[in-house]
Amino acid sequence: MKAALSPERWRPAPLLPRGDGRDPAFLFLIAALCFFAGLAAVAGLAGERAAEGWRSELGGSATIVVRAQGGQTPDEAAAAAAEAVSKLKGVTEAQALEKAKADALLAPWIGAAALPPDLPVPRLVTVELDRKAPATGAEMRKALAAAGVDATVDDHSRWTSDLMRAGVLARAIAAALFVLILAVLGAAIAFAARQDLAARRDLVEALHLCGASDGAIAGLFQARFALSAVEAGVVGAALAAAAAALLKALGAGEGLAAPPIAWKDLLAVAPAPVLGALVAALAARATAMAMLAEGP
Amino acid sequence: MSRKPIVTPPRAPGSASLETVIRFENVSMRYGRGPEVLTDIAFALPRGSFHFLTGPSGSGKSSILKLIYLAERAAGGRIELFGQDLAGLKRRSRPQIRRRIGVVFQDFRLLDHLSVFDNAALAPRIAGRKPSDYRGDVADLLAWVGLGEKIHAFPPALSGGEKQRLAIARAVINRPDLLIADEPTGNVDEAMGLRLLRLFLELNRVGTTVLIASHDSELVAKSGMPAIALAEGRLAARRL
Repeated sequence: MKAALSPERWRPAPLLPRGDGRDPAFLFLIAALCFFAGLAAVAGLAGERAAEGWRSELGGSATIVVRAQGGQTPDEAAAAAAEAVSKLKGVTEAQALEKAKADALLAPWIGAAALPPDLPVPRLVTVELDRKAPATGAEMRKALAAAGVDATVDDHSRWTSDLMRAGVLARAIAAALFVLILAVLGAAIAFAARQDLAARRDLVEALHLCGASDGAIAGLFQARFALSAVEAGVVGAALAAAAAALLKALGAGEGLAAPPIAWKDLLAVAPAPVLGALVAALAARATAMAMLAEGP
Repeated sequence: MSRKPIVTPPRAPGSASLETVIRFENVSMRYGRGPEVLTDIAFALPRGSFHFLTGPSGSGKSSILKLIYLAERAAGGRIELFGQDLAGLKRRSRPQIRRRIGVVFQDFRLLDHLSVFDNAALAPRIAGRKPSDYRGDVADLLAWVGLGEKIHAFPPALSGGEKQRLAIARAVINRPDLLIADEPTGNVDEAMGLRLLRLFLELNRVGTTVLIASHDSELVAKSGMPAIALAEGRLAARRL
């Protein structure tokens, strides 16, 4: 009994009651916000990766529409076009499509039965480009003109620039969502800190009377809310990572409906609890300092 | 472990310094836009003195104490604490002044979630001292006020007298230059009131300037100490 009462064994207890800033509903709110912030970060990366993938697919090929001239047959014109572009640096393969395949491409619009045999259907040449250093549309047009082939080159550049814009937009929206969620978290912390401080007037008064500065008192609330934000944020971020992993396991990226998620994308949830704690600390301190400044 | 003694040797009678600890000059005060609760208050308390602040409820005793422990601001006049004009005191300088003042309230104002030991150790902890530096002082002080066996108890488990002794311990642990108390015997029985009075006298004997607001005229008379009387927010009389 004597030992239990010994001041030598005494360690200072937390000045704020242990339960303060740890209301279950409040912790759930923080966890949920960090969950959504984590998901937004993963979605931003996955969206950007999807756009980059699609851009790479489109940018890795080109299509040449060839029109026969003078005494050339369409097959001869297509062969000449394929030969002309295949010599270019940045072209890995150029292949003239047979007439049957060109007809098949038109069939959805005019029907296979309606095509008269002597209709001068333009021939197509499919070109596979070097993904790392592809030949440009201008280079292909120049080579075709030099070979005397009347042709139109579609290097899909209109689509790829749209996809690039879509990728940037996806990343910007994800970043804006992330910031918005952190701002909501800051507002929630400020509200909770205000309530907590109002409920702890006795403690604030006692600390003031014992010579505590406003900064020291605000620091107590700041630390408590930052710690709560870290704890709840880690849970929320872990759940976000688990949800992203589940999406990946269920086959995300195998169709256009779901973005491709890489395992390393799951790391994008990590900043959520850290930034959440930082926002919580700043919001709690600013709120506490403002409230204390209103007092004596 | 070496400990500094809590109770320093008493001063010889009449050794109170002439240095003024509190000086009020024509002080007035109001709460918000309400009427004046203090009007034209003027007095000065020298270092090492012991005074009562007497008067009926509503006479302004607590308001004067609030001005001293910086919970309120004067509407007019001049207040000096430890030679420093409070009107020019910046907010960030207040903690330094407050650390020189111990305050005891009628309703104790202890922190129920902290143990007796933690409550008493609040001031040195806030001052940034290491626990190893002050825990001996806290233990000695709690033993001195009769709470040595209750250091791990929590305030709700204490009697009114024990709570008030703990509040006094908390107020004096840092050996403040000035101890002020607002109706400290208001929530305890007569016997405990006298015991607390002896505690205040003992603290004064070791050099602490003491100012106690009380409407208990019997207690004031028994103490034999001077009193500043208030009536309706004005100085009514001063019995020295």
